[in-house]
Amino acid sequence: MSSVRTMRRSPSHAHPRPRRLGPGDRLFLALVVGIPVLALLVFVWLPALASIGLSFTSWDGLTLSDIHWVGLGNYHQIFTNYPPFWPAVGHNVVWLLFTALLPTPFGVFLAYQLDHKIRFTRFYQTAIFMPMVLSLAVVGFVWEIIYNPDTGLLDGVIGHDIDWLGDPHLNLWAVLVASGWRHTGYIMILYLAGLKGFDPALKEAAALDGANGRQTFLRVVLPALKPVNIIILVVTVMESLRAFDVVYVLGGGTGSKPGMELLSLLITDNIIGESSHIGYGSALAVILLVVSLAAIGTFLVQTFRKEDQ
Amino acid sequence: MTLHSRSLRTAAGPSRRTVLHGLFGVGAAALAVPALAACGAGGGSDPKTVTFGSNGGDATPKKAYAAVTDAFRKDSSLTVKTNVVDHDTFQKSISTYLQGTPDDVFTWFAGYRMQYFAKKGLATPIDDVWAKIGAGYSDATKQLSKGEDGKYYFVPLYNYPWAVFYRKSVFRQHGYQVPTNWSQFVALAKQMKKDGLAPIASGYGGGDSWSILGAFDYLNLRANGYDFHMSLMRGQAAWTDARAAKTIDLWRELAPYYQANGGGRSWQDAAQSLLDKKSGMAIIGLFLGQQVTEESLRSDIDFFPFPEIDPTYGQDTVEAPTDGFMLSRRPKNPDGATKFLEFLGSAKAEGIYMGIDPSNVAVNSGADKGSYNALQKKAADLIAGAKHITQFGDRDSDPGFISTVVEPGFTEWLNHPDDGSALLKKIESQRSRFFTA
Repeated sequence: MSSVRTMRRSPSHAHPRPRRLGPGDRLFLALVVGIPVLALLVFVWLPALASIGLSFTSWDGLTLSDIHWVGLGNYHQIFTNYPPFWPAVGHNVVWLLFTALLPTPFGVFLAYQLDHKIRFTRFYQTAIFMPMVLSLAVVGFVWEIIYNPDTGLLDGVIGHDIDWLGDPHLNLWAVLVASGWRHTGYIMILYLAGLKGFDPALKEAAALDGANGRQTFLRVVLPALKPVNIIILVVTVMESLRAFDVVYVLGGGTGSKPGMELLSLLITDNIIGESSHIGYGSALAVILLVVSLAAIGTFLVQTFRKEDQ
Repeated sequence: MTLHSRSLRTAAGPSRRTVLHGLFGVGAAALAVPALAACGAGGGSDPKTVTFGSNGGDATPKKAYAAVTDAFRKDSSLTVKTNVVDHDTFQKSISTYLQGTPDDVFTWFAGYRMQYFAKKGLATPIDDVWAKIGAGYSDATKQLSKGEDGKYYFVPLYNYPWAVFYRKSVFRQHGYQVPTNWSQFVALAKQMKKDGLAPIASGYGGGDSWSILGAFDYLNLRANGYDFHMSLMRGQAAWTDARAAKTIDLWRELAPYYQANGGGRSWQDAAQSLLDKKSGMAIIGLFLGQQVTEESLRSDIDFFPFPEIDPTYGQDTVEAPTDGFMLSRRPKNPDGATKFLEFLGSAKAEGIYMGIDPSNVAVNSGADKGSYNALQKKAADLIAGAKHITQFGDRDSDPGFISTVVEPGFTEWLNHPDDGSALLKKIESQRSRFFTA
């Protein structure tokens, strides 16, 4: 692309811009840019802004005339008098920490090992990546069978009667294992792709300088794969904040269960169903939006600022 | 991007226009699709067709509804176009469904949940239908079919009682007696535990949290009576009321006899444990019968009404959720839909339905009871003898309040039953959000 662009630049000095873009071109440009922009506005920005607007109202979702302005009432109620809210925030944080500290590094580790020319590497890659091919809902069904207290695989193997999904102290961890199982494969494939594009000369140079395996990885490979690292971190943070499907399926598809409340589930709790509280749910959605933007924004700004220096 | 298109032009000029046309086409199609989908159901207003939205997605109800609509076609030469949706999905999307272009007639629940949509103007009153079918129904049923404005909005099809189910052979084998009051009931549970049975089958895992409400409703009805229960359900009484606390205390007495690990088990698995003689009793609805696959087993199942707690109230109330039909707000074929509703409310239609689905009881007193099995007969008698009929926790109250506040609260409490003051306070703190005047 860049080589093409430089070629174009030289004649552009000779001709003034307007002549180069005829009315047909302009129309074409307007359309090609306009349609996606319109789609973005209609399908992303409009709903987002509408959610923010609705979050200051109280509405049952039936007739438009029933929308009442309540100001910050919903937010006040959520922060001070909504029993599942703070547990949900806590669980989202636990989710983020768990995913960032266990499945993500483990996926990187697997990728690093598989990048060495070990035997059956293709087989391992496929096997580890397999859960990622399944939709999260299917992953949920698979683990539901494993965790069943009467006929489940897990209780059968360990020989104890443990109510994995029913016990509010255990069920979040049970769900995290299921989600981590899938996340590991995802991270592995992302990182493996990065490693495949890694210049082996760098590793050789490190070896010549007397670096051991660990040093090579930490000092040479990891910094060189910075773009991939950023993607992985962003993916991890996003997946943790928007976590929904596995919990929804393992929770029986009826909304949040004690011990497994998540912000995303609280939103659907309030919006979907017969007696919906659109305003209240929107306020929760806005809170999740702000948290997500803050997390991703801070991270990206920091990363790119360092890069600019 | 511009550059690519430029080179394209020199190579094949007109193709850009084709591309553009293509883009237009896609854009137009993308805009048109939702519009089309929105009016999809509204397409045909054929005077010979009535559309019917059914939540009977399972095999048995599907077959039973098909038999009913077939019979209607023969009677009236009107065709019914049935649109079957899975039961849970139907419930979840009901608000959007009713606001869009719903079918003329749709399946729904009696009582509070019918009244909610009637109040919002999403259903059409059907007093004219009731002028024809009214004779077949008791006053309690008529009450259940009316909106808050006193007009009829609902045609009942069937109901089923909640009770305490057991296997006769288990009771015979251990010499158990059917308990009629609270102390006998608790003593029986205790004895069952000694005999190595799980006294009360319990499965409220996954999406089945609703199944625990049966016990709460009956405890509250027996201890505090119908009036208090209904005002509690309708958000008119405080959950921190001493009477609610008393109900929780009673429940706490029973909690140790619940089958262990209920929080991870489905209601079907819990029901199965009763059929497998691993559990002694189950507080459940007549739909337990749907779990029975061996017909020989059916005759071994029996039930008794939930025991008396306070003699003032005795066993005067039966929890019998009623399912039936409503007319949407702007039916495309109002005359045909009215005829269809009249047919659905007739003894004949109910008889046809009940002949195929034996886990329910017809509401119309004129319906043919000849095909009833022993359990259905007993269920019909139980309901007929009731002074009050309640629907069920999540039908007598705001469903959102029950599913997002009460059910999570109860399931959490059942894991570690205590005096419940924290639980009740938590529920009370959310009440005003759902019930505003």
